[in-house]
Amino acid sequence: MLSIIRERLRQGHRTGKYPKVEPVLPERFRGLPTIDHQHCQPNCTQCIEGCPFGALQKVAGKLELDMGLCLFCPECSAICEHGALSFSRDYHLSSRTRAGLIVDETEFKMVEALDAKMKKLFGRSLKLRQVSAGGCNACEADLNVLGTLNFDLARFGIQFVASPRHADGIIVTGPVTENMKSALLDAYAAVPEPKLVIASGACAIGGGPFKDSPEASNGIGDILPVDLYIPGCPPHPYTALDAMLRLMGQL
Amino acid sequence: MNRSKLIRFQHGACIPLAELPRLDFATFRESLLEEVANHARVASFFGHPSDDGLELYAILAHDWQGDLALLHTRVADTYPSLTPDCAQLHLFERELAEQYGVRPEGHPWLKPVRFHNPWVDTDDIWGRNAKQHPIPGDMDFYRVEGEEVHEVAVGPIHAGVIEPGHFRFQCHGEQVMHLEISLGFQHRGIEQMLIGGPHPTSIYQLEAAAGDTTIGHTTAYSQVLESLAGHDTMPRAYAIRSIALELERLANHVGGIGGLTTDVGFLPTASFCGRLRGDYLNLSAELCGSRFGRGLIRPGGVQFDLDNALVDKVKQRLAVLEPETRGAIELCFDNPSVLARFEGIGVVSTDDAEELGLVGVAAKACGLVRDARLHHPFGSGETKFDTPVIEIDGDVCARGNVRRREIYASHELLRDTLTQLPAGGIYSPLESLAPDSLAVSLCEGWRGELIHTAITDSNGRISRYKIVDPSFHNWSALALSLRGEQISDFPVCNKSFDLSYCGFDL
Repeated sequence: MLSIIRERLRQGHRTGKYPKVEPVLPERFRGLPTIDHQHCQPNCTQCIEGCPFGALQKVAGKLELDMGLCLFCPECSAICEHGALSFSRDYHLSSRTRAGLIVDETEFKMVEALDAKMKKLFGRSLKLRQVSAGGCNACEADLNVLGTLNFDLARFGIQFVASPRHADGIIVTGPVTENMKSALLDAYAAVPEPKLVIASGACAIGGGPFKDSPEASNGIGDILPVDLYIPGCPPHPYTALDAMLRLMGQL
Repeated sequence: MNRSKLIRFQHGACIPLAELPRLDFATFRESLLEEVANHARVASFFGHPSDDGLELYAILAHDWQGDLALLHTRVADTYPSLTPDCAQLHLFERELAEQYGVRPEGHPWLKPVRFHNPWVDTDDIWGRNAKQHPIPGDMDFYRVEGEEVHEVAVGPIHAGVIEPGHFRFQCHGEQVMHLEISLGFQHRGIEQMLIGGPHPTSIYQLEAAAGDTTIGHTTAYSQVLESLAGHDTMPRAYAIRSIALELERLANHVGGIGGLTTDVGFLPTASFCGRLRGDYLNLSAELCGSRFGRGLIRPGGVQFDLDNALVDKVKQRLAVLEPETRGAIELCFDNPSVLARFEGIGVVSTDDAEELGLVGVAAKACGLVRDARLHHPFGSGETKFDTPVIEIDGDVCARGNVRRREIYASHELLRDTLTQLPAGGIYSPLESLAPDSLAVSLCEGWRGELIHTAITDSNGRISRYKIVDPSFHNWSALALSLRGEQISDFPVCNKSFDLSYCGFDL
């Protein structure tokens, strides 16, 4: 008993001050992409060809990056000789709509809160059933980490629950493998109305690295009505936390 | 037997297919069994369809000799199963049956593995409709019948935030008589998608083959391609890979011990380890921007270098983390109520471990010295590793102890590697791959040995890529360890093996 108390004192108080104090992310962290349209050359398509998942394209001559398909790898920013494409350390990446994940000339809009009626229901308490449908355990691990003492998810009123019957929504990871499709739909059906659907990670949004696999869907977009998209491969825990808190109208 | 028919090679070699003798099946069988009787173990066993049937390759590891043996034969629609004489092959043969529709006659437990349609145009040996996707978990489960015997079915979706899998327990009261594990829910078809490669997408699929083993799988993949391309990877790149591999081991082992204590309700260690695990992941993010090592390792080297400031930063953080980790972990291994739940629970005997061909933490906990860092080091610039950890009891406590001691060993290894980081470049692009060749690569991921094998076609493109995750060998051991235990001990037994679902299902 004494040794436990002694160790407890040594380990100290570790719960972070978020959201009052902004977290410091590693220098090499790749967050919100920034496109410098002045330096982006009109006829250059190197970065577009360099992305094997088609996250980059030019629309009316302007470069756009779709964070729903992006794995936040370092390749495209290294390919760009003009220094027009880079990743900032901004971890606010999520959106309520699929189109909202596209980074272009307009300013990126952060997650909007639920409407008044839904906010009244879920704004202070949100119980989620997590379903991994082909997730590689990185998304799952970084959702799990929200329950550890640095993040202490429960202090925001969010909890991952064991049964879909106890849940207000599901948070899905993975591209939805053929073998998990029916279990995912069963879990969704078991959640009482009204309910939320959150797609967490590149796989759940657009298939991620397994896009167009014959054994998996390209995410949950075609299968379920999605209320919140959290990009990343996997999303940083703060990206996911920020998205959920904004959805609940807590930030 | 004619020993000259056996190809022996070191890992890292690229073998032209023309130099591989194809044995007739009887000789193949005899040689394989003889090798296994002489302390070899089956590291990988896979098929490659050709115009004349299915080419079978067996890769056997002689750990203490540090070399591998390769056997090659060809089979048609059926062949006499090797499993009755060599239990290590039981899943490999089931896998072949599902992939290519070849029936191992006399296999004692012939059931589907991952629930997908055959990869070639052939009849499904279980008679499943080729036009529809098989239903996962649709097979005959082993059943015990009798008064007061009941069945408990769990999954595919589990109570926690974890991957899906299906477990069936045959219980008498609290006691588990038999556990059968049916996986495949995570099957994304990675091996099939790698054919024709290396594609630009391949490395990203390998990064997510088992997301908690990104460094392990990308290292194994890069080594295979580097062997096939005859690429001399730079010593500094090896060292950085080795640093990342140990950081990955630390994060997962610390998290794993936290998980073990969560499952027995000892919260101090559980909560301390939860925090510490994140700190190790953050160190990987310092290295490459991703907590899981995404974007770091590429065939040809690594994409991120460490400058002196970063080396110092990592060293300083590790110096703080090490005593905190020791403090958190020693607490539970010193606590009688925790040890009462760990000791003597989920025992796997050394004989069973050998017979099943276990690897990694599960094998080391049964007294088997199996560590690719020791037996099959890759390249010349790699850090010297000479302290494999073993325990002998084969129970939950032994597996926990292996992880505890590996944490301490990893700290030491990291300190050495960071201090003696070789100078030089970190990346040079690969030349094209050798055509009609085979290469094998081993890497000791945190769960155990990862074995990747690639065969190229006449154009130097990959025509077969075979991944064996340690979980493939070790899931059977979890089922075995539950026999006679209370069903309430399942979570802690499961956590003590800490196996990957997607690594098995790929």
